[in-house]
Amino acid sequence: MLITRKAEFSASHLCAQSALTPEQNRELYGAAANPNGHGHNYVLEVTLAGDPDPGTGMVFDLKQLKEIIQKAVVEPMDHRFLNYEVPPFDKVVPTAENVAVEIWNRLQPAFLGSRAQLHNVRLYETEDLYVDYTGELA
Amino acid sequence: MTVTRRYKFAASHRLHAPQFSEGRNRELYGKCNNPHGHGHDYVLEVRVSGPLDAVSGQVVNVAALDRLVAKQVIKDFDYKYLNADVREFQSVIPTSENILGVIEDRLAACWRSVFPGEGPRLEAIRLRETRRNLFELKAS
Repeated sequence: MLITRKAEFSASHLCAQSALTPEQNRELYGAAANPNGHGHNYVLEVTLAGDPDPGTGMVFDLKQLKEIIQKAVVEPMDHRFLNYEVPPFDKVVPTAENVAVEIWNRLQPAFLGSRAQLHNVRLYETEDLYVDYTGELA
Repeated sequence: MTVTRRYKFAASHRLHAPQFSEGRNRELYGKCNNPHGHGHDYVLEVRVSGPLDAVSGQVVNVAALDRLVAKQVIKDFDYKYLNADVREFQSVIPTSENILGVIEDRLAACWRSVFPGEGPRLEAIRLRETRRNLFELKAS
C-alpha cells in the first residue's frame, strides 16, 4: 500500500554552470539561468510503501512523517536561496531533478529498519512541471 | 527519473461514428454526439524518462520539449475544431483515447531529431478532458 504526504517550501535558486558562458547557460536552462536567481513555491509529495501494521492499521504514522519531512527538507530549504545556503547546491546545479535527488537522500535514512520504505519523491517546481524520483541513483 | 510537463489547449470536437444510426450514436456518445460539437480546456501532461545528466543536472531540456510540443500539438490543436481543423480527425473519431494516439504519433515523428542518441524517452502522455476524466497512454 502507498501513502503520500504533501509539504511545501518556497525557495530561490538559479541554474547555471560556472564552466559555461552566459549564452550557453541561457540555452540550457532558459530563464532559470538569470544570475540573480528567482523563486518557486515548491510542492513536495513523499510516498511511502508498506503493509499496514496489523495493530495500528497504519503503514506509517503520518504525523511522524510530517515531522521527518519538516526537519529534513522544509526547515533547511524554506525561504532560502538554495545555491548559497543549502549544500550541495553550492556545487550541484539545483534543477528540479537534482533537488528531488537531494530530498530523497535526506529522507531515505529515516526509514531504514522501518516497515514502510521510501517509494517516490515527487517535486513540483511549478504547477506545470514536476519530477518523480524513486531512488534509482542511490 | 521522470519529468512531467503540463500543457493546455482549448478545442472543440464531436463524437460521431458515421457507420452507425443517429440513435446508436446518441446512445454511444451521449451529449458528445451533439451535431454542433462542444469544447473542453484540455490539459496534456507529457512524461519523459531518462538518465540524469550529471553535469547539467537535467533529464530533459524543458525548453526544447516545450518547442516540440508547441510545434507538433498545441499550434494545431489550440482554439480549433478537432474534427474539421486537424487532419487526423477527419478519419479518426476525436475521443480522448484517439487524441492521445494522435499526439503520441506526432511527438514520435520528431522526437529523435530533437532528442538524439541516449536522450530522454517519451514515457507516457496523459490527457484531462475535464476535471473528472483522465486518460493515460504509456508510450510504445
